[in-house]
Parts: sequence; C-alpha cells; structure tokens
Amino acid sequence: MSTQAPVLMIIAPLIASIFITLIGWFRPKFSHPIAVISLLISSIASIQVFQMVLSNGPQQYFLGNWPAPFGIEYVIDHLNSLLLVTISVVATLVALYAKRSVEKELPDKLANYYTLFVLLVTGLLGISITGDAFNLYVLLEIAALTSYALIAFAKGRSLMATFNYVMMGSIGACFYLLGVGYLFIKTGTLNMTNLSQILVSLHMSQAVLVGFVLIILGMWVKMAFFPVHGWLSNAYTYAPTASTCLIAPLMTKVSVYVMIRVMTSVFSTEYVFNHLSWHLVVVAMASVAILVGSMMALSQRDLKKCMTYLVVAEIGYMVGGAWLGNPAGMTGATYHIIADAAMTACLFMAVGCIIYKHGHTSLDTMKGIFRKMPLTMLGFVVGMLSMIGVPPTCGFFSKWYLISGAIEAGQWHFMLALLFSSLVNAIIFFRIIEIGFFGSLGSETPDPHEHQDVAVKEAPLSMVLPMLVVAGALIGIGIYTSDIISLVIQPLISATF
Amino acid sequence: MWHPVLILSIALAAAFLILLTGERRENLRESWTFIAGGIMLYGLFQLLPGVLNGQILRHSVLNVFPNVDIAFWVDPFGLLFAFIAVGLWIPTSLYSIGYMRPLKEHAQTRYFACFAIAISATVGVAFSANLFTLYLFYELLSLSTYPLVAHHQDAQAREGSRKYLTYLLGTSIGLALPAMILVYGLTGTLTFSEMGVFGGGISAGLQVSLLLLFLFGFAKSGLMPFHSWLPGAMVAPTPVSALLHAVAVVKVGVFSVLRVLTGIFGIDLLAGSHLSTIACIIASITLITASLIALTQDSLKRRLAFSTVGQLAYIILGCSVASIVGVQASMLHIAMHAFGKITLFFCAGAIFVATGKKYISQMVGLGKQMPWTMLAFFIGSLSVIGLPPTGGFISKWYLIMGALDADKVWVVVVYLVSSILNAAYFLPIVYRAFFCSDEDSQYKDEVKEAPLPALIPPLLTASGCLLLFYYHDTLFKLAQLAVGG
Repeated sequence: MSTQAPVLMIIAPLIASIFITLIGWFRPKFSHPIAVISLLISSIASIQVFQMVLSNGPQQYFLGNWPAPFGIEYVIDHLNSLLLVTISVVATLVALYAKRSVEKELPDKLANYYTLFVLLVTGLLGISITGDAFNLYVLLEIAALTSYALIAFAKGRSLMATFNYVMMGSIGACFYLLGVGYLFIKTGTLNMTNLSQILVSLHMSQAVLVGFVLIILGMWVKMAFFPVHGWLSNAYTYAPTASTCLIAPLMTKVSVYVMIRVMTSVFSTEYVFNHLSWHLVVVAMASVAILVGSMMALSQRDLKKCMTYLVVAEIGYMVGGAWLGNPAGMTGATYHIIADAAMTACLFMAVGCIIYKHGHTSLDTMKGIFRKMPLTMLGFVVGMLSMIGVPPTCGFFSKWYLISGAIEAGQWHFMLALLFSSLVNAIIFFRIIEIGFFGSLGSETPDPHEHQDVAVKEAPLSMVLPMLVVAGALIGIGIYTSDIISLVIQPLISATF
Repeated sequence: MWHPVLILSIALAAAFLILLTGERRENLRESWTFIAGGIMLYGLFQLLPGVLNGQILRHSVLNVFPNVDIAFWVDPFGLLFAFIAVGLWIPTSLYSIGYMRPLKEHAQTRYFACFAIAISATVGVAFSANLFTLYLFYELLSLSTYPLVAHHQDAQAREGSRKYLTYLLGTSIGLALPAMILVYGLTGTLTFSEMGVFGGGISAGLQVSLLLLFLFGFAKSGLMPFHSWLPGAMVAPTPVSALLHAVAVVKVGVFSVLRVLTGIFGIDLLAGSHLSTIACIIASITLITASLIALTQDSLKRRLAFSTVGQLAYIILGCSVASIVGVQASMLHIAMHAFGKITLFFCAGAIFVATGKKYISQMVGLGKQMPWTMLAFFIGSLSVIGLPPTGGFISKWYLIMGALDADKVWVVVVYLVSSILNAAYFLPIVYRAFFCSDEDSQYKDEVKEAPLPALIPPLLTASGCLLLFYYHDTLFKLAQLAVGG
C-alpha cells in the first residue's frame, strides 16, 4: 500500500473528479463529501510519503513501471515531500471551508465546482511530484485551465479578470513549453535527472541558455513576479471565496517551487550563479516587486484586494531569496514557500468569512467587525502578525533567513525592501486594528460607546474551524522551524551548494 | 522548582482568568491580579538566595536556529528588574481600581487583562538569556500595551496609539531586527555573555553601526530622536502611564539596551574603543534636551513624560561610560527611578481623580486640599532629582562615581546640570502647592483627598523611596553580582 502512496496521492482526486461529475449530475449534494474524502486520502498518502522520505531519503516512483528516461518518473525528495503535504492538507482544509461558502455563492453549480476543485489539486500535486519536464507542462495546464474556470465562476467582473489571466497564463505556459523544447532538442530527454546529467556538459550552449531563460520567464508569468504581475490582483479579488482560498496560497507557490526545481535540479547552482551570474539583477527586480506590491497593497481600500497585492510582494520575497545565490537565501525562499502558503491561506480564509457574513470587505464599512466576528478576526490577527514577522509565527523565521542571506550577499537593497514590506504590513494590520478600536478609518471623531452592543454574528463553524487550524499551523510551523530547516531544507541545500 | 517560565506564565494565566471572569464580577476579576502578583513575588523571593550565592539558573525551552534557543536565565540583573516590575504591579493594580472605578472607565476587563500580559512580557524580557528571546518578549510587550494606550478610543487616543506603535514597531523591525541578524551572521550566537560576543574580529565601522542600530532600535528607551511616542502615549489612563511608561515599557527599553551593551558588546569592548564616547554623547544630548523641554510643559503628565525621557538617558549614560561602578549605578537607577517616577504618576492621577485638574498652572495651593498626595509628590520628586534622604540620591551618587572612574569628567558636569534642571521643573510645583498666599490659592482650606485606593499606593511607593535610601543592600548586591561580581 505505502509503496503506491505517491501515485495514490494524485489518483485519488483525479478519480474523484470523475465520480463527482457522474454522481453530482443526479445528487449535487454528494459532490462535497466525495471531494473531501478524496483530498483526505491524498493528505494521508502525502504524509506517508513524507515520512518515507524522512526516514529513507528521496523516493522514486515509475508510473506503469516504465523505467526512467522512457516512462514518467515521480521523484519525491525533501523539498517537494513537504510541499506535497502542504498542498494536500491546505486543499483539504479549504475543501471543508468551501462547503457553506460555495452553497451560498454558487448554489446550482456544486458538482461542476467541486469537479474542477479536485482537478486543480491533482494538477498542483502532479506539478510538485513529477520528475518529467513535459509531464510537468501537462499538469501545469491542468492546474491553469481549472483555475481559470474556478475564478470565472463568480461572473461579473471576474470574467474580464479571468480573460486577462488566461492570456497571461497561456503566454507563461508557452514560454515554459518552448524552453523545454530547446532543452529536449539539445539533450533528447525530458526526464529531469537525465537532463541535469546531460546539461553539465552543455553549459556553453546558447540553445540551453535560451531554454533556461524561457522556462524561468514562463514561471515568472505564472507566479506573477513583477513586472508581469498585473493579472493576479483582479483575478483573485473577483473570484469566488473558496477559489481564492485555494488558488492564492497554492498556485503561485507551486510556480515558485518549479522555478527552484529547475534552478537546482535540472540546472545547477553552479550554472545559475557562477556561469550566468546575472542573479543579482533578479534580486534587484525582486526588491522592486516587494516595494511595488507593498505600495499597491497600502493604497487599497478593500481588504481582499489589499491581500492580493501582498501576495505579489511575497512572491518577491521568494524569488529574491532563491536568486541571492547563497544557502541562507535559498533556505529562506524554500521555507517561505511553506510558510507563505499557510499565511495566505489563513488570511484569505478570514477574508472569506467576512465576505460570507458581511457581503464585502471594504475597509470603510467594517465598523465593529471585531465584536461581530471575534474568531474570524483572531485568525486574521495571527495571519497578519505572521505577515509582519512577529515571532514565534513562521513569517518571522523566513524573514530572518532571507535577511541573513541578503546581508551575506551584500544585497542591502533586498534587506531594506524586506524591512519596508514588514513595516507596510504592520501599517495595514493596524488599520484593521484601528477599525476595531475606533470604529472607522476616516478623520471623523470616534465614539467609544457606539459600537459596543454589536451582537456576535460569526461565520459558520465549518468555515471558522479550518481557518483557525491554519492559524494554529502558522505558530506551529514557526515553533518547529529548526526541525523543518534541518530535516527538510538542509538536505536540499547541502546537495545543491 | 521556581522557574522563570513558571513565573511569567502565572501572569499570563491571570490574564486568561480575568478575561473569563468578565465585567460583571469585578471584585473577583481584580483579585486575580493580586493573587498572581503575590505568587510571582513569592517565587522571585524563592529565587533570590540562589542568585545571591552566585548561582545562575539556565533553562532552554526550544531550539529555533543553530545555537539560538528560546532560553531563559535568572541572573542578578534580570532578577532585580523582575522584582521591580512585579513589585510595582501590585500597588499599581490597587491604584487602577481607585482610578478606574470612580471615573467609570469602560472596558476594564480588557484593561486588566492587557496589563497582566504586559507584566508577563516584562518578566520575559528580564529573564531572557539571549537576544532572540528578548526580542520576542519585547514585541509582545509593544502589542499588548497597544490596547492600554488606545484605551479611551477617541481621536486623541488614536493619534497617541498610532504614534506609539509606529515608533516602537518601526524601530524594532527596521533597526533592531537587522542588527540582531547581523550579530548572528557575524558571530553565530546571540547569547548574552559578560565578555561580549564579538571577540575582536569586527571592524570599528561595523561596531559603530551596530551600536547605533541597537541604541535607536530599542526605541522604548526613549533616546532622541525616537522619544516622541512617550509624551504621545500619555493619553492612556494614568495607572497605565504610571506602570508602563515609568516602569515596564520604558524600563524594558533601557534594560534591553543595557543587556546589549553589557552582554553583546561587553564593557571591555565599550571602554576600549570610541563606542563608549559615542553612546555617552547620544545619551547626554537626550538628557539635557529632555530636561529643558520638561521645563516648558504645563500639562503635569507631559512634564513627567519628558522627565522620564531624561532619566532614561541617565541610565543609558551610566552604562555607556563603561566603568564597572557606572554600570552598577545604572542598574540601581532603574530601581530608584521606578519608585520615584511611579509615585509622581500616582499623584498626578490622584489629583485628576479628586479635582479633575491636569495642568500645573491649576495646582497653586493644592497642598491645602490634598496634603498627603502632595507630600508623596514631594518625596517622589526628591528621589528623581537625586536628593537625600531618598533612593535616587544613592544611584546618582554611584552614577557620578562611575563617570569619574571612567575619567569622563564632562559626564559629571552633564549629571549636575541636569539635576539642577530636574529641581527646576519639579520643586516649584510642590512649593506653589504648599506655600502661597490665600488670594492666589485656587483651593479651599479643607482636606479632600482622592479615594483611598488611589491615595495609599503613592504613599506606599513614596515610603519606598525613603526606605531605599537606607535599605538598598540587596539591590546593590544584585547589581554588583551582575557586573564584575
């Protein structure tokens, strides 16, 4: 059983998607339980694989038992094993969370929605687990196509936003595919391990360089790295609540993972940092991404939109960290993939709860929100503290490593950008806190007594509980930082640097 | 069996119980504070003999980075600080009752709960064995005191609390955090040690930048130009100003600076380089400027606030001269100033409760109506100025000794000038309260003090100021053990 766990993790949601379509046709109510069960199976399998990797080292799995360069190979090493757990567990929690929200927002499309939901998770898990560059492209497209649909469900402004996203997403995917094509022409293989072995001798090749650049550019578009971030904000803002909660934490993070995978496993740090040596330009771009994301977030009056720009800034964290070219930066970037997935999930789930009860998230009308929804706001506060980087939440530790990396590499602008973003996050956070304390944002005189008798009107438990679990995980990840670093990230770092 | 983590979690537990008990049973709710305070004080006394015998209890809770744990230790300096914080928490809570109930303040449950969390964080800072743990509790303190500063929830409170967090979080994230990461990157450790952690391999320029980052990064210590959150935070209810802005918050600031100077840089490094002079100059500028500004303030609480900024600079200056006696004196001054300043704040609040007056110009002849309060005020100001027979005299004496030890005569001049300024801004208040002609007096010749819970605490702490003049052996012993022991 456990030897089949790697494939089970992918197959469970894939099969579920078929069942949901079939059964959901007659009994839409069954689609949610099927989705949850399949994701639970996936989570359990991923945890099993994680344990296997921890005790026995990296695992290989050959689909259909076809040997490596010919068949598709799944490779699970330290880096992606934890990512797989994160994806499947976050997806499960979001699925639980989604029930009431989807029933409210899309009551007549349950079956369609959950079919796409589990397919997206299949795609994300597949991208992370596969050791085959072309297979990765296929799964990338599965994830992308489903996410377009999941966002467009909301109708209205989301349609235009999705159109934008489709355009940019397709361009990104094309770039990736082109890049893989170049590499295939030069090496004749699509298997990543094989690729990396052959590429060692092809460092001087212009075609390989073009391939690398295309792949990286493609992933940047996919992850919304500045200056190709324009599609993200509207797409995430106008999407249905549950879609945002699933896509925002996972989709961009998986793209960052692919970038790191290509940089470290297909190519090598030797190639990227010593041979090409324009990595510091990328770090500078990352600094700009952080600044722009933070400034845009600061200027928003709508909470959900504000959060989407924070995602743009966080992408800058990870890209910058990965391209610093030293172990500390890479550690920070990989740790932040996990931390940020949890952080964004927590924040968007809290925002979703507010939307569920309140209808929208305009900052001007959130008077009394702390008394009305104490639990939701508790989750939100924890998420925001992590964004600011207050210990012992996980956000502090990623910032610690990223800043250490920046100092080590002498990239002071990146350090300043990180600190700036922390401060901006603090300002955003205290805007919300001020609304809680003083009732309003504007210059009108607050009255301490008027918002005291607001009745508690909390979102349903099925939404609040998963959010609180994620909020707890933020602190848990933070507390177990040293274990995560030494067990999961250190092996990757020592293998690549 | 008594353990730093246990002691600080008692205050956390109290906060939790306070929240559970809620607004309706207020006597039960307040009793949690006193019970917790009593137990914590007892625990600290249990730790005292071991520390006096030179033992240092160490306890590591959790590993976070290689070589960096969330770790606690009970060293003499930390214990001294914990004693002050917990010891003064109890009278302050009594005072809070006397202040909050007659004024019918809202949200008292939140108030007392946040107070308990703040004390817990303060004790956490006191017992932190490394810079990382200290930073963690430092941030917790900033966040937990925000609701206290914003308590009134009106426009003024919004402005004050905004300033409060902008300064405190801004500097701690923007300056102290990178400084801490730099130290870790350079040395691989953050644990305090008397020798310092640098060991000589750090360039002078880097040392100076680190010093500046730390001095200004811990903005709770109120060094100019990052001091203006402190007068701004005076919008808080007076007991908050008393404990948090004369004792806990600002003292955590100077405590952190002292810890960094003595435990990260090390006194020897300070004394052997220009670092000492640089720190002295920064502190002196703050000292004199703050005293001058205090002279011009008519609002009593604002005058006290600027006086605090000045007195905090005394403490940093005492440590910056980098002589053993100087550092001991600055540790003593943390205690002495705490007693003096809390008395003054208590009095300011008592005056407000009894008469509703906030401005010094409205206090002519006040001694006739509130003789006891003004007597306490007199003793408190003597202690802050540094005149016998109060504890403040002792610490100032040693501060001057320390400066002489380090051959920094100009620092002695700064001390003396500032003491004159202190006298100039405090004594006229007392003088005009007691000695004025009947025409000038704004009050009738009839005693009408604040309610007892608001009157007893200032008298208690004022007698503390007097007692400390005679009985400061244990405090001094702790300070001696802490440096050069």
